[in-house]
Amino acid sequence: MSELFRIAIVGSGPSGLSAAAHAAARGISHVLLEKTDHLSDTIFRYQRGKHVMATPAQLVLRADCEFQAGKRETVLAQWNADAKAAGVNVRYNAEAKAISGAKGDFSVQLTSGEVVRAETIILAIGTQGNPNLMRCEGAELPHVQYSLDDPAAFVDEHIFVVGAGDAGIENALGLAADAAQGNTIYLLNRSADFSRPKEANVKNLFQARDNGRINVMTDTSPSKVEPGWITLETPQGSNRLRCDRIIARMGSAPPRKFVEAAGIAFTSESAEAFPRLSPTFEGATPGIYVIGALAGYPLIKHCMNQGYDVVEYISGATDLKPADEPILEAKLQGLPGRLSVSEWLEFLRSRVEILYGLSPLQMREFLLDSEVRAFRKGEVIFEKNATGSSLFGIAQGGVGVRIDPKDPSKMVPIGQGSIFGEVGLISGRRRGATIVATEDTVVVEIPRTAALKLMASVPEAREKVNRITTERQILQIFRAGLSPADLKEVIPAVEVMEVKPGKAIIKEGEAGDDIFIIRSGSMIVEKTVGGKEVFLSYVPAGSYVGEMAVIDGSLRTATVKATIRSTVLRLPGAPFRKLLDAKPELRARMLADMTSRRDINAFIETRKDEFGDVVDMYSSVAGFLVDQGIGDATDVLLIDETLCIGCDNCEKACADSHDGLSRLNREAGKTYAKLHVPTSCRHCENPYCMTDCPPNAIQRGPDGEVFISDACIGCGNCQRNCPYDVIRMDKVPPPKPKLWEWMLFGKGPGPGEPDKAWLKTQPKPAVEAPKVAIKCDMCTGRAGGPACVRACPTGAAIRVSPEEFLTVTLLERGSG
Amino acid sequence: MATLLCVTLTAAYFLIDVRPRHSGGTWMGYSLGALGAALIVWLALLGVRKRAVTAGHYSLKAWVSAHVYLGLSLTVIATLHTGFQFGMNVHTLAYVLMMLVIVSGLFGVWAYASLPNLLSANRGETTRRQMLDALATLDGQLHEAAQPLDRDMAAIVRLSLEKTDIAGGYWQRVFGLYGGCANDRAIERLARARQGARGPEAETLAQIDALLRKKAEALAFARRQVRITALLEGWTFVHVPMTFALLAALTAHIVSVFFYW
Repeated sequence: MSELFRIAIVGSGPSGLSAAAHAAARGISHVLLEKTDHLSDTIFRYQRGKHVMATPAQLVLRADCEFQAGKRETVLAQWNADAKAAGVNVRYNAEAKAISGAKGDFSVQLTSGEVVRAETIILAIGTQGNPNLMRCEGAELPHVQYSLDDPAAFVDEHIFVVGAGDAGIENALGLAADAAQGNTIYLLNRSADFSRPKEANVKNLFQARDNGRINVMTDTSPSKVEPGWITLETPQGSNRLRCDRIIARMGSAPPRKFVEAAGIAFTSESAEAFPRLSPTFEGATPGIYVIGALAGYPLIKHCMNQGYDVVEYISGATDLKPADEPILEAKLQGLPGRLSVSEWLEFLRSRVEILYGLSPLQMREFLLDSEVRAFRKGEVIFEKNATGSSLFGIAQGGVGVRIDPKDPSKMVPIGQGSIFGEVGLISGRRRGATIVATEDTVVVEIPRTAALKLMASVPEAREKVNRITTERQILQIFRAGLSPADLKEVIPAVEVMEVKPGKAIIKEGEAGDDIFIIRSGSMIVEKTVGGKEVFLSYVPAGSYVGEMAVIDGSLRTATVKATIRSTVLRLPGAPFRKLLDAKPELRARMLADMTSRRDINAFIETRKDEFGDVVDMYSSVAGFLVDQGIGDATDVLLIDETLCIGCDNCEKACADSHDGLSRLNREAGKTYAKLHVPTSCRHCENPYCMTDCPPNAIQRGPDGEVFISDACIGCGNCQRNCPYDVIRMDKVPPPKPKLWEWMLFGKGPGPGEPDKAWLKTQPKPAVEAPKVAIKCDMCTGRAGGPACVRACPTGAAIRVSPEEFLTVTLLERGSG
Repeated sequence: MATLLCVTLTAAYFLIDVRPRHSGGTWMGYSLGALGAALIVWLALLGVRKRAVTAGHYSLKAWVSAHVYLGLSLTVIATLHTGFQFGMNVHTLAYVLMMLVIVSGLFGVWAYASLPNLLSANRGETTRRQMLDALATLDGQLHEAAQPLDRDMAAIVRLSLEKTDIAGGYWQRVFGLYGGCANDRAIERLARARQGARGPEAETLAQIDALLRKKAEALAFARRQVRITALLEGWTFVHVPMTFALLAALTAHIVSVFFYW
């Protein structure tokens, strides 16, 4: 019989090593099993010279090994020294194959055939041994790799790093570090935000991008890999690029089979789920503890603390407070109920629907980012039109949504467990309604980035948020006295679909009775007349299409396709028809909508014979505008070049009404058929600028305008994210003399943006003004509307919203 | 509104029989004169309006439209005010100046109605900045290409680099008077110089010739833009100074009338 250890630790990464070091320090008999011939293989395989970070910064490190941010080599040397000094009993080349037995006498079978016995087991195997693989066509080709040892090994290559997590960003930065290698580096992020990686990495990445070292592509994922080439899906469509090497860093999954065989259950069937653990890291089988990345903690500091903590628990500690306890205690102070931190965590987790899937450990980290707030009955949680994009979960009590500003008693209730404020996550619009606590209520407020992180890492949370937003969106669109109960049959059948630009969701002449609701993006409706596609109308986010077929069972009368990448909800016809039968008001409402769409179709039919230049012209102009991003827009400045005399009075007026800085460039931009789209904000439905604003300074105003508040810190992210180049970074010039002083005495630079020569003559301010981001704010708060339009002497400048402008009624105007 | 004003006033002029005869000195003359003077001042204020970006509801387009129609109505109002009495005096001077302003304004209306099309067609999607940048890039390339040349040959390139005016004076801009354009002269001189050139020098010169010709094209493009812009604003060089002259003459006219009354 071999020796029976008190603890066997599987894996010598930060968490396993820290556990072993602490066991050694306490003189507990232990063995550390490492499958390779060196400690901490994951860190060992980091690229050479990689800077290892120590986040989260506010977390206190509690371990018998030291750890500070620094080079990979330094960190590894430190740990080797610490392990030696502590007297850790390591067994190298010992890969665990299976675990059997029960608490008090476990057997760990090694691949070498040996067996190691221990009373308790700590699983600290991490997830890096099991990376997520690329799934697109050609992913099995040899130039697709899942790790990067030495970034200096490649020269003159086009390298694509897939995945914008920390690993991906660090690989990309390593590859781009030495310009002499001549590599062209691309980093693909399948979403628009960088909510997962560490802040410092994101900052370095953006810096590298600005220096032209890395091409960062957001909202992009690979769809096909061929030798020498890669095909990408971007918001603007497919793109085939040269590619010599792909480094896929899309995270890793736990080696689930091995863990489950040891008797550890997971929270769900989802591939991204984590083991279900007690607050002392114990799994479903007593005596087996799981810590580190496998427990859902990819950060080194967390791992090391857990290594220390778990050894304490095993040796009988019951009142051990986690290292982050004081931070959470301070957060939860002053709340009713006098619960302990772990009671609070369990209270929130078990009561707020979107948090069900979180482990207690994930809950801790989640709460570090979030706030718990209590409201008395009748207190307002937020007002309509207030700024704010955080998500709220109701842990206790309930709230009401005021639907009628005039009558505060009219409220739609939202009960315990549900969420509100979710609209902020999608489009960053202001609060759509006032929310009042209808009883004494406890809510957890989750900031936008933390909520996005939650949705990205916990699939169940994502599904729940999606389901709730879907239900609310359907209710809002169809109104007509519907209640959530009416949708019981419809909701489960709803499918959320991503539509690529240019792809049709409805094809003319085909059968089908699904209704589509456009959640984000926008669509155009086209009809084929005389062999030509004629543009019928533009459908913005928040509207629905496809109702005709449901109501009268006819074939599709027109084609509907996406202008930009869009998300649509597909409501199958059958349950919806049932709903229509039950709700005559809804039917009436839809019939009214349908009639107006029929009229347009009929109008096009009547004009069929005289179709010629006018319609062609109209269709092609509409096509041009959609190409220019009008599909994104909610309000856009257009210039009729047949009227524009080039006086630039629009620019001058803009500068004079905004601190002397013009937010538009008349001359720049595309022109088609005498219709010019100047460089000026389109106030996108899904603002690209808003995706990554650290101080959350970009907001949507009550009139739909996207504006930048004084909170701007001048980081320039929005300027880089804007695909239409409408944001400039500049500092506010000193005030100019009054207009009459210029007219009568020639003082100052005159109307419009002051020239550089004049600025030089001005005394320097004591404190240099920082450059901040400026863009069109649609002259909010100015009676009379946008200054550019008012100041146009010939009426060439007009502001339009696409749904008004891109309608077939233009045809009547055009030909009549 | 302007038409209504003109018709009413013309009708009034013929229907109302004032003694001894129509002139500025009758009650009707004074009314017409006061109305005309007020209109002139209001019309001149467009210059302030377009520069003062104030909050509140206004549309410069509406102001310009009113400016045009009411300005045209002045031809009727002022002519009726004169009672068709003209002479060699300050009063008629004011009238003539006013008519000059109006005629130049009519040219402006034509310009604004017809030239933007040309402007847009010429520039396409190129901005003024890009036109200048294109020329600067060509200059840079010329400078680079001229490095191996000897002093005399380099002088040809320097002629183009240093002496080329893109725009020039107003008349030059409007009529495209770039006969002595340094770039064109450089092309001619280069053509002569190339005849004797051999070997690598010939190659360099050929390259420079191509660059100079490209620059000539870029210049022509920019100058067309400059020409249309000049045409668009040219009439204001008459319209605006004449307005000030008119305001002066009008003041003299009013003061003298009341002084000698």
